[in-house]
Amino acid sequence: MLTFVGLGLYDIEDLTIRGKKAIEEADVIFAEFYTSRLIGIAPEKLEKALGKEIKILSREEVENGEIILREAKDKDVVFLVAGDPMIATTHVALRIMAEERGIKTKIVHNSSIVTAAPGMLGLQQYKFGRTVSLPFPQENYFPTSAYDFIKMNKNLGLHTLILLDINPRPMTANEAMKLLLEMEEKKNENLFSEKTLIAVVARAGSPDSLARAGYLGEMLHENFGPPLHTLVLPGKLHFAEAEALVKLAGAPEEILNE
Amino acid sequence: MGRKEDNIKKAMRIMRNIEYIRNIGIVAHIDHGKTTLSDNLIAGAGMMSEDLAGKQLVLDFDEQEQARGITINTAAASMVHEYEGNEYLINLLDTPGHVDFGGDVTRAMRAVDGAIVVVCAVEGVMPQTETVLRQALKERVRPVLFINKVDRLINELKLDSQQMMDRFGKIIKEVNKLIRRYAPEEFKDKWMVRVEDGTVAFGSAYHNWAISVPFMKKTGISFKDVFEHLEKGESKELAKKAPLHRIVLDMVIQHLPNPREAQAYRIPKIWKGDINSPLGQAMIKCDPNGPVGMMITKIVMDPHAGEVAVGRLFSGTLRKGQELYIVGMGNRKYRIQQLSMMVGPDRIPVDELDAGNIPAIIGLKDAIAGSTVSSIPDAEPFEPMKHYSEPVVTVAIEAKHTKDLPRLIDVLRTISKADPSLRVEINQETGEHLLSGMGELHLEVTIYRITHEYKVEVITSPPIVVYRETVDHKGGPFEGKSPNKHNKFYIEVEPLEESVVQAIVDGEIEEMDRIKNRKDLAKKLEELGMDREEAKRVEAIRGPNILLDMTWGVQYLNETMELVKQAFFEAVEKGPLANEKVYGVKVKLVDAKLHEDSIHRGPAQVIPAVRNAIYGAMCQGNRVLLEPIQKIYINVPMELVGSVTREIQQRRGVIVDMEQEEYQTIIHAKAPVAEMFGFASAIRSATGGRVLWSTENAGYERVPRDLQPQIVRQIRERKGLKPEPYDEKYYAEL
Ligand SMILES: Nc1nc2c(ncn2[C@@H]2O[C@H](COP(=O)(O)OP(=O)(O)OP(=O)(O)O)[C@@H](O)[C@H]2O)c(=O)[nH]1
Ligand SMILES: [Mg+2]
Repeated sequence: MLTFVGLGLYDIEDLTIRGKKAIEEADVIFAEFYTSRLIGIAPEKLEKALGKEIKILSREEVENGEIILREAKDKDVVFLVAGDPMIATTHVALRIMAEERGIKTKIVHNSSIVTAAPGMLGLQQYKFGRTVSLPFPQENYFPTSAYDFIKMNKNLGLHTLILLDINPRPMTANEAMKLLLEMEEKKNENLFSEKTLIAVVARAGSPDSLARAGYLGEMLHENFGPPLHTLVLPGKLHFAEAEALVKLAGAPEEILNE
Repeated sequence: MGRKEDNIKKAMRIMRNIEYIRNIGIVAHIDHGKTTLSDNLIAGAGMMSEDLAGKQLVLDFDEQEQARGITINTAAASMVHEYEGNEYLINLLDTPGHVDFGGDVTRAMRAVDGAIVVVCAVEGVMPQTETVLRQALKERVRPVLFINKVDRLINELKLDSQQMMDRFGKIIKEVNKLIRRYAPEEFKDKWMVRVEDGTVAFGSAYHNWAISVPFMKKTGISFKDVFEHLEKGESKELAKKAPLHRIVLDMVIQHLPNPREAQAYRIPKIWKGDINSPLGQAMIKCDPNGPVGMMITKIVMDPHAGEVAVGRLFSGTLRKGQELYIVGMGNRKYRIQQLSMMVGPDRIPVDELDAGNIPAIIGLKDAIAGSTVSSIPDAEPFEPMKHYSEPVVTVAIEAKHTKDLPRLIDVLRTISKADPSLRVEINQETGEHLLSGMGELHLEVTIYRITHEYKVEVITSPPIVVYRETVDHKGGPFEGKSPNKHNKFYIEVEPLEESVVQAIVDGEIEEMDRIKNRKDLAKKLEELGMDREEAKRVEAIRGPNILLDMTWGVQYLNETMELVKQAFFEAVEKGPLANEKVYGVKVKLVDAKLHEDSIHRGPAQVIPAVRNAIYGAMCQGNRVLLEPIQKIYINVPMELVGSVTREIQQRRGVIVDMEQEEYQTIIHAKAPVAEMFGFASAIRSATGGRVLWSTENAGYERVPRDLQPQIVRQIRERKGLKPEPYDEKYYAEL
């Protein structure tokens, strides 16, 4: 039996009662923190907080799956994931591999940045288009397809949730905005400029979470504090959404007139 | 003032007169007498004492050169010669003949405009004669011919004058055949060598005499006179009447181009920048007043001064204290600390040197053979000097005493910088480094240098050859999955067309990471027999392997292609059979399925997926191990033919041809390099030393089928890999 347990956004207190029970009953506990991580507690400290041994797996180990599946064959295995477990595509693949081998699977859901960010900004969930992730550029790899997706959303009047890379370290909102401008320079399709309205969510789920909205030119130099950060590029705003951005995220009032 | 000093003064003066300069190389098959000739030219021109010339071999000044009696390093010497009332400066490079040091010849040819091709009258045109002629002509270096060791025709072979003539005729005909084959189109006729016009001379470098038709006409000395002197054993008299240096240097001055003439047609071939730019114009005109354009062709390690960069100055003027850029080193400037001309081991310091000369510079710390040096930043670099053959033999080397560990690494770096034909792989962790070279001798000489000149005691493994991997039929399409399972790549492999492999090995088609001129490349490949559609879809060329993108409209592939290429580079660098380089494989990406989100298809995902797909497809295409092959030419008395063929056959060798001459038999054979270690002493003892032989690297051939598994296992174990290579199933399940 393999149970995917979502850890939620901040720390041990976000764990659901159902999740806690699964952990208590588990024979073996694995965890991964490369697709997402908890802001409020370091992975190493989790073990002590939960009072059980936890094996933290690398990306290669999770993608390969063998270590988890071998144990799950005849033991109760819990796999801990920050946020809501099935948001990360890799875990769907792992779940399928398990089912193929006749291993039963179960999910214990939790909250995720995917719902928290719109919530904090007061934007309507149904008005979001496809989510994009922004990877750190690497040698020979500066993908710009994120730009294309954001543009597609924008053309349909939809908001875009932009998730930022957390490897090898969390990307800041400022770095992400700079990357978007670099893409603009490459593609030159008028999607981003200094005057583009953009929103930042920092440390969602934590006691000092932050929601900010403003023009890219100014936001670029603002300090949003420690990670994790997430960006939202608003599409066409309903007047209620515009009002929320002004009141909840400090957006300039002039957006109310647009 | 001695004659030598006097001559150096003269040289300084002439060096400003471009029309009165000749830059030449002496090239030949091993032992045909290049160094003896060079020495006598230097002595004749008054740059060294005449009694020593030819006996001491001033240009073979290296300790090992003297001990082994062969040239290892190209040496330079400048000399002054008077011709028809004018004084000329001749900058001469004496090149090595042994194949192991052939890279030095390739590089020397970049520095010169003309070459004296030396052919031994007894041995005639040999394989290395062809190779060096080809190297010269490829660089648009004009040849003249010197037929050497003519004394031996009379003293040893006892030929009469008609037989001698026949022999000369045959050599000239063969040389011209090679010139016709390899010369650039426009020079095929013009550069033929002819007895009548004096582009051919005959003589004895050792006995210091020579003749040519123009010289005979001028002096009235006839061929008959020469023959009579020789029969009577009067070579001293002959050397007085027909001194070697006069005949040969006259020939050089009359027929080989001055730097300005030569650069007009050489620069467009060796430099692909804009000819109308200031640098382009300066180089094509050999203008001493333009920007500096120089190519470094050799780094000499001086025990006291350190690295000395020697090369050809194509434009501008060098001055002591001047600051120069080395292309590829950014905006760093390098100050000329010392500027000099070379005469063998001696450097003669000068304050200035003009375009068209071959200066030696101290101060260009980061230069290597092949560097472009200029007075302007970001100059377009010269075309690389590609040698036709790659290292085929490797030894593992480690320091004997732990205290020498760091020093050995320094020494290995230094010597590989000075000798571009060496390849060094440093392994900091184990301290066991790999040293690869062109042959057994090359490595022996290098290791001797490490222990004797750099004084680091080392332990070395027995030599091993460098293998290659390929496939013998089509494999794939093979699916490679990324570790996160979100991306799939479909790869096919097949043997690359033989003609295309050859063109890449010969440098006619360049290796490239990015295709610059797609149209031209497609045309060339189609002419070589590649399918038209494939020829258009090349993404990269590495080693003689090609990556093709045969997909249609795969989304996001454009931003992933650089990673596909990187995987291709990795896969051909380390093949699936034994982690040896891949040779002659066409890799086709036929389809791909990519995750929409770019975060799920970064390097960590794409590179292993593509690499495994290439490996899997190669498994299906039947992996084949290739080994380096050597051609061997052996000259022995008839009665010893049996012992020689036995020695060859014991080494998995085959006899290709046997030619019968008067007293000698010439055996052409080929054998795997792996079996040729120790051949030198084996053949010597099998023949009691009555043998002349030489070898030539001749590419790669398939390892015999029944030996392959065992050799693969040995290589893998040596590399610390699992003894059996992975199979197709393994790559499918990754
Ligand atoms: N009889 C005779 N021997 C010669 C003549 N020229 C050179 N030799 C001898 O041939 C041998 C090789 O001469 P080198 O000048 O070292 O030949 P090389 O072409 O420089 O040799 P590598 O640089 O090793 O390729 C020496 O023993 C010379 O003395 C010649 O004209 N006549
Ligand atoms: Mg020599």
